[in-house]
Amino acid sequence: MIVNRRPLTFWEKLYLPAIMGGLKVTMRHAWRTLFAGKKVTMEYPEQKWAVPPDYRGAPYLVRDQDGSTKCVSCQLCEFVCPPKAIKIIPPGPAGQIADRANAEKMPREFEINMLRCIYCGMCQEVCPEEAIFLLKDYSITGQSRQELVFNKEKLLALGGVHPGIQKWKHKAEEAKEQENFPVKV
Amino acid sequence: MDWNFIIFSVVKIAVAIGVLHAIAAYAVLAERKISAWIQDRVGPNRVAPPFMKYIPVLGPVLTRWGIFQPLADGLKFMLKEDFTPAGVHKAYFWIAPAVAIIPSMIVIAVIPFGSVMGHQQMVIANLNVGILYTFGIVSLGVYGIVLAGYAANSKYPFLGGIRSSAQMISYEISMGMSVIPVFLIAGALNLSSVIAWQAQHGWLVIYAPLSFIIFLIAGFAETNRLPFDLPEAETELVGGYHTEYSSMKFALFFLAEYSNMIAATGMMTTLFFGGWTLPFWGLDQPAHSIGIAIVQILIFLAKMCALMTVFIWVRWMFPRFRYDQLMDLGWRRFVPLAVVNILVTAIVLWAIS
Repeated sequence: MIVNRRPLTFWEKLYLPAIMGGLKVTMRHAWRTLFAGKKVTMEYPEQKWAVPPDYRGAPYLVRDQDGSTKCVSCQLCEFVCPPKAIKIIPPGPAGQIADRANAEKMPREFEINMLRCIYCGMCQEVCPEEAIFLLKDYSITGQSRQELVFNKEKLLALGGVHPGIQKWKHKAEEAKEQENFPVKV
Repeated sequence: MDWNFIIFSVVKIAVAIGVLHAIAAYAVLAERKISAWIQDRVGPNRVAPPFMKYIPVLGPVLTRWGIFQPLADGLKFMLKEDFTPAGVHKAYFWIAPAVAIIPSMIVIAVIPFGSVMGHQQMVIANLNVGILYTFGIVSLGVYGIVLAGYAANSKYPFLGGIRSSAQMISYEISMGMSVIPVFLIAGALNLSSVIAWQAQHGWLVIYAPLSFIIFLIAGFAETNRLPFDLPEAETELVGGYHTEYSSMKFALFFLAEYSNMIAATGMMTTLFFGGWTLPFWGLDQPAHSIGIAIVQILIFLAKMCALMTVFIWVRWMFPRFRYDQLMDLGWRRFVPLAVVNILVTAIVLWAIS
């Protein structure tokens, strides 16, 4: 589409009305910021941003409603992780048994290198046990590289308990429903 | 040789240069603060020496105003690596910052920044051809920029240098012609006489508003300020003529820009706003006591700072002119306008007398 440019009038050619308009706009903004406190920026370390509920920050491990580890050391997240930030050491044949009934095993060690993590959320997506979640932390800082490799204890402590997501309880209920087959609606 | 003259001149030069640098440093702060307010931000409000937080009310307030920011900026420039790229013409590369800053500092020599203190006139050099000296020196300022653009031996600084030379030449003419009516009216080229005339008859901005407008706009162009900052156009030319410079060499260009701005606003204050005079409380007469003399210097500085604020304000409002628009405005609008202005003023003066 071709739009024909309207020739400027004499008044417009003088630039003066446009200049006065511009000065007015900038003055209004300066006035508002200075005297009406309408600044749009936030003074970060003191004021913090309210993170929206579905925000995807750093990945942490979560515990279930009984406080037991949900991760079963299947290593899917380790394999899917694009920057290879996750490292899982499985318990092995004679290792520690899982701390809850329905699970076969739990990881001996689970490390996420927060310097490598790209917050893509694939670990959360791939996890069959709903054990790893991208939570609200967005400002991960440390004094050394080693400090930013989070181990299992730290990840579990940061992740906390997620009673809202009770996969095994739901599974058990489903299994019970299956027994009296014609499912009541 | 008159030792008295030499000693007082050296003192005046030292104080003037010191004040010039201080104002330039705080002009940078003002630039950052005003730009922040215009863009709905807060601006620098963190930098403070560590003991500031122990001073009850004043410390936090000064920190919020960013009073210490220029110190941090200056320190940063000094501590940065002074890097000389491999491909540059070394000699020119080293000379260019000096060539840029020297004219911007010596141009203040003829500006009367106060009346008299004791028996000393508050002007470093009371030349009879003050304005000619100013234009002579101001036109040297472009050499620093052109030299920097050439010395860097890379395309963006080179383009910046070319633009700068073209821009300076076009606006120098209209700037020079715009002040001729002022001197026709005041009847002298000596800047102190211009101020004396204004003390008697009122500010020249009332008699020659068109001259002031042309001088102001040409002043934006001469000091490379937006809307005429084509030599350093960050969005097109990376950094323009100072792309390859770092550390204190870059700081000198920066300082030169702000010193130029101070010189331009000082010149405007002198020519159009009555210099160190105010039309009431007898402040338009040369001072008899040191107190009045200091007040008159402060009046000059206040007028200058008000004009500096206009410079900064305009910078954060305008988009940049295109190169051909710049040339069009300079040659086809302002030069004819300035000529007409001279003619009309001359005819009116002739008719009155």
